[in-house]
Amino acid sequence: MSLLAMLVAAAAPAVLGDPAQEARARALDAEIRCVQCENEPIAQSTADIAVDMRRLVRERIVAGDSDAEIRDYFRQRYGDFVLFRPPWDARTWALWLAPLALLLIGLLTIFAARDRTRAGAGLQPEESER
Amino acid sequence: MIAEIGAFAASLALALSLAQGVMGLMASRRDSRAEATAAIAQAAAALCAFAFACLIALFVQSDFSVAVVSANSHIDKPLIYKIAGAWGNHEGSMLLWCTVSALFGAILASTRGRQSLALWSRAVGVQGLVTAGALIYTLFLSPPFARLDPAPMIGSGLNPLLQDPALVAHPPLLYLGYVGLSVPFSLAIAALISGRADQAWARALRPWTLAAWTFLTTGIAVGSYWAYYELGWGGWWFWDPVENASFMPWLVAAALVHSAIVTERRGSLASWTILLAIMGFGLAILGTFLVRSGVLTSVHAFAVDPTRGIAMLVLLFIALGIGFGMYAWRAPKLRQPSGFAAVSRESMLVWNNFGLAVAAGVVLIGTLYPLIVEAAGGGLISVGPPFFNATVAPLIGVLFLLLPLGPMLTWRVGDMRAALMKLAPAAILAAVTLIAALALSNWRAAPAIGLALGVWLVAGGLIYLWTRLQRGEGHVSAKLALLPLAVWSMSLAHIGAGVLTIGAIAETSFRSERAVALRPGEGVAFAGGRVTLLEVGQIEGPNYSANRASFRVDRRGASQLLSAERRFFPTSPMPTTEVGILGRIDGDLYVALGEAVRDTPGAWSVRLYHNPLVYLIFLGGIMMALGGVLSLIALARRRKVGP
Repeated sequence: MSLLAMLVAAAAPAVLGDPAQEARARALDAEIRCVQCENEPIAQSTADIAVDMRRLVRERIVAGDSDAEIRDYFRQRYGDFVLFRPPWDARTWALWLAPLALLLIGLLTIFAARDRTRAGAGLQPEESER
Repeated sequence: MIAEIGAFAASLALALSLAQGVMGLMASRRDSRAEATAAIAQAAAALCAFAFACLIALFVQSDFSVAVVSANSHIDKPLIYKIAGAWGNHEGSMLLWCTVSALFGAILASTRGRQSLALWSRAVGVQGLVTAGALIYTLFLSPPFARLDPAPMIGSGLNPLLQDPALVAHPPLLYLGYVGLSVPFSLAIAALISGRADQAWARALRPWTLAAWTFLTTGIAVGSYWAYYELGWGGWWFWDPVENASFMPWLVAAALVHSAIVTERRGSLASWTILLAIMGFGLAILGTFLVRSGVLTSVHAFAVDPTRGIAMLVLLFIALGIGFGMYAWRAPKLRQPSGFAAVSRESMLVWNNFGLAVAAGVVLIGTLYPLIVEAAGGGLISVGPPFFNATVAPLIGVLFLLLPLGPMLTWRVGDMRAALMKLAPAAILAAVTLIAALALSNWRAAPAIGLALGVWLVAGGLIYLWTRLQRGEGHVSAKLALLPLAVWSMSLAHIGAGVLTIGAIAETSFRSERAVALRPGEGVAFAGGRVTLLEVGQIEGPNYSANRASFRVDRRGASQLLSAERRFFPTSPMPTTEVGILGRIDGDLYVALGEAVRDTPGAWSVRLYHNPLVYLIFLGGIMMALGGVLSLIALARRRKVGP
């Protein structure tokens, strides 16, 4: 694997000439985990493998892959762990739906509490002094 | 000898904390027993502080016969990092946790104020049990004073990344915040036992939640600034699980700061305030667990030992079990509060709490989810910035959209029309920002919305100050001096949130970056100027050697010098970066030195970054923390003057 990465690294430049392509590469760099240093994106890591992975990203961009295809490429080689963006599958439906569920629970709680203490009618404004 | 004395003092403190717990919970009507409880709490705090001082003394002496010192210190380390080594490791930081908890217990015991004797005494008692729990964990599962035989000669050293002034301050600040949340927890449990959570109770709660929030704000800001200049790529927030571990209690503390105001002023939301206090402390323990148990693999987590992690989870479940159990049993008996209209200061604070609590919940789920999937056999997945940016950021955005309205509305029943009319200039300014940012950024919606929200917060906060100055008679300058401190503190914190937002969006969305290989004498055009590498030399630090590169930056006829280093510590395999930062009004020019380039002799790889308005992130954090400090001063003054 690392041999392949090195072959690729030799083919692609560290920085792409086209600013738009380079910007895409930067965005992807921040979403891909350095497989050697765990909790760092390859954008941050100074490890050799991260340098190779950054070149790999640029190589795929030059080859015409879309962002989704590049993510897929890394997922297939290094597993789901390599992507900071969690996949959308049976394991992660609960994760992606959790924020909506929490919003709903919160709203229901507020409206239930409001019904219990409904006393809004007939209140007069009062001066707010802190 | 010092180690044994320290261990003895800590053991005595444990016995006293248990006594404080029992006496405090039993004391009800007798003043004499309450006085004794307070004296015990003070003695326990003194002993804990003494034990921690012993540990610091061992680090200063480099007594490598003590296991913790030998594993985390080194004879060549500068004195400040020897001292900081006392809390830069698992055992020492746990002893610090205990010490802070005991100190807060003593302060709580000395400041009864207008609380009823029973409620106050029970709170002191619960705090004693919190300290005791932490001490049991520390003394039995991570003893800081354990000896080594034979003792090594030089010690293995502190992680070089951590040998930095900001990281000397970062952990104690966070611990002051985490443990600060134990006092609201104790007050909440005491209120549940007593069956009452009245305005006097909320008044006692407020300074503690404010202090905890302020410490967390400062601690997170310092940690974020450290990451910015030390990790060498300009990142200041990465939704790393360890960052989230401090962000969750921060969110809940922020909610608590606001809900306690409602409870104190109006008597409403008492049971929600109690629930928040319990959750806040639960998240503080969870934060300690995530960082200290090694359950997460990240640059922050050093300790790897499952028995400790499990013991810490047991403590977490005890605290949450008692907390939620008591809540389910006793909270329905609390007096139901007075009502308020759908448009009022109270209702806006409810929405504030809704947003902050849901955000804390989303961060919690996102942080724990990979652990749950892994435990369930689903393999390794990552939940990182793309998830949190897509979920938490919009939520905070809605919260910020509503924020300036809150202070403009009166208690009980507010006038939304009047509030909106007053805020119209801020809305116009935000709309102009939105359109300008859209046009200038090639129609990127998210950063434009973020910038507009930041402007909305800043302008809204200023308009609130202005309307306060319109009230009453006299010249504006005379009224400026008379404006209550509480108005200043709130405005400062809210404007700070806006300033931080502008900085955060500008930095993340409009930064530029360039990686180049330079030989001495060569330069490159970057961010409206020219950066030239002058030379790269070899220097020797106190306990490291380094490559130091000096640069000249020419821009608009002026030139400035800048240096960046790459440091090698003999005790660590990975070099660290010391970046060169040139602060300018439009943002930072940030230069990181890489390795010598292999195939081009004499050339060095250099990374250049331009981080627009990045200083606003830290300025905003400072403003928010300062708002917390001012608010504490306002509360202290009011206490002196009386209600």
